[in-house]
Amino acid sequence: MNFWERMYLPAIVRGLGITIKYFFQPKATYKYPEVQRPYSKNFRGQHSLKRDEEGRERCTACGLCALSCPAEAITMISAERQKGEENLYREEKYAAVYEINMLRCIFCGLCEEACPKEAIFLDGSHVPPEQLRKDFIYGKDKLVEPRFDYKKEQKTIA
Amino acid sequence: MESALLLEKTILVVVVFAITLFIAMYSTLVERKVAGFMQARFGPDRAGPFGLLQPLADGGKFFFKEEIIPAGAHKALFIAGPTIAMFTACISSAVIPWGQELTIGEKVFTLQVADINVGVLYIFGVVALGVYGIMIGGWASNNKYALMGAVRAASQSISYEIGMGLSLIALLMITGTLSLKEIVAQQEGFVNWNIWVQPLGFLIFLVCAFAECNRVPFDLAECETELIGGYNVEYSSMKLAFYMFAEYINMFVSSSLMAALYFGGYNFPFMYDLGLSQNWITIIGVLVFFAKILAFIFFFMWIRWTVPRFRYDQLMRLGWKILIPLAVANIVLTGIATIVKDTYF
Amino acid sequence: MSVFYFVAFLSIFFALMTIFAKSPVHSVLYLVITFFTFTVHYILLNAQFLAIVNFIVYMGAIMVLFLFVLMLLNLNKDTEPLKSNLVKVMGVIAGLCLLVTLAGSFRVLEVTGPDAVGNTEIGLVGNLGKVLFSEFLLPFEISSILLLTAMVGAVLLAKNDPKNA
Repeated sequence: MNFWERMYLPAIVRGLGITIKYFFQPKATYKYPEVQRPYSKNFRGQHSLKRDEEGRERCTACGLCALSCPAEAITMISAERQKGEENLYREEKYAAVYEINMLRCIFCGLCEEACPKEAIFLDGSHVPPEQLRKDFIYGKDKLVEPRFDYKKEQKTIA
Repeated sequence: MESALLLEKTILVVVVFAITLFIAMYSTLVERKVAGFMQARFGPDRAGPFGLLQPLADGGKFFFKEEIIPAGAHKALFIAGPTIAMFTACISSAVIPWGQELTIGEKVFTLQVADINVGVLYIFGVVALGVYGIMIGGWASNNKYALMGAVRAASQSISYEIGMGLSLIALLMITGTLSLKEIVAQQEGFVNWNIWVQPLGFLIFLVCAFAECNRVPFDLAECETELIGGYNVEYSSMKLAFYMFAEYINMFVSSSLMAALYFGGYNFPFMYDLGLSQNWITIIGVLVFFAKILAFIFFFMWIRWTVPRFRYDQLMRLGWKILIPLAVANIVLTGIATIVKDTYF
Repeated sequence: MSVFYFVAFLSIFFALMTIFAKSPVHSVLYLVITFFTFTVHYILLNAQFLAIVNFIVYMGAIMVLFLFVLMLLNLNKDTEPLKSNLVKVMGVIAGLCLLVTLAGSFRVLEVTGPDAVGNTEIGLVGNLGKVLFSEFLLPFEISSILLLTAMVGAVLLAKNDPKNA
């Protein structure tokens, strides 16, 4: 080190310059409850099981999602569609029980890619915290998206 | 007459005390705000508008925290530690001249609690005493880390007191008086500020003031990474708050001392050219003085969030091998300059 | 005058406490208070400079160093061995010598009234400086050389012997 560097003062002055520069720069903080950070376009959050245009569940319980899941978080029990249930399930076979363990899930999105029926998407927000482990096992009550009348909505838009 | 003077001084003491505590209180908020802003975030801003009620919340929290006195601690000295720290911090502001005279009707009020003949040395002595609070507290805690912190604080404060004293001597050679009131009165206007004739002395004084206040980069006494908090590990509740408060008051006092000794105190440029009455000059002077103090406090914080902590051997080397020789050289230079000026000009 | 007696009582009381305190750290702390009472004495004598120097040097520096060394050595336990009889006898003799010297100095002391003090302003900085650098210049400089000698000696003791290192 030469004399100028050993004096240490120029280095301190330069450091002071850097900190004061940051002092006046815009802050990176989002003030959370009032302002929310926008999600990335390919953000993967909580799963939802989709319905088709007529409000029927798209899932046919083929098991490809469970097979593709690297964390083995998905379990399902299939059942056959009975007469009179055509307005509930699109295919002849459907998932009677469909459970995802959110503690196991790594949100990789492979189930989404494996699904042949476009029935599962990771388009929700974060999984909220719970007190008990069993509460993290999400059943159909939490996963299936709410029912809405697609045709009626089309009419109101038109 | 005597009781009127007593009343006047009492009011002044109470006002100065209140201002000191207020500034110390809000320094805690400003410290965190400055830290936040320099790290590209906001700092506390939830308690009240812009977080302005944060110090009150902190104070309330400190009051209601559980008071813990360790079983192995020496109880009387454990309590005496923060008391001494706070006491010495508070009495040091007595000799600082806050402004010129204020004339109300017939009466003339001096804005200085005590104009003693050896004002500079008084502050020096009180600051030297402040280290007892840390030492006694650290020793009484009966904790190895606290003891290490106390020992470090002691040797650090002694080492830097020498440099500080020597840098002051050069200044006193120019002013020719130890009274703070006269030193400030000499620095009229702008060109007479002592910083123009004593830049090196000011630099040494500044560094030593950082060390005496136990501020980063010289806060070895409470070094978290090595001593998990140093002398105040065992302290909780309001006693801990007293230590922290004492630090901020010390910061305020050393800022005001630097402003008074080197930056003209209440003097401001063109103070007599604007055609203001004496009272207005005094009031503006007080405001200017506080602006200078606040600028120094900001500088303290600015340095804190810029410069990392020194190692202990580096601290000692800086104190003994660099600052003290520099201060001595500064004295010699000042002496030569004074003689040359007196002989040839 | 009553202030003087009160402070004098405090000085002697804390000086005795210094001697009788069991723990070395307490002893030093009592000594600090004793020095503080001395500072008050100086202020009562209108010797402001002496008061503040006593304050800074003795209370602020020397006693801090004492405390520092005690804390570093950790002399809390009664590790100090009992003194032999020879040491005790020598201590008594040394103490008596001091007593004789003090008594002798008191004998030549002339009793003066409070008005005998010529200049009460002598303790202020300016006057003290003028006296020190004119009338008492030689003793002043000699005492500074004494301090320098002590400092050099301390450095020499602390330094490693190059042969041993």
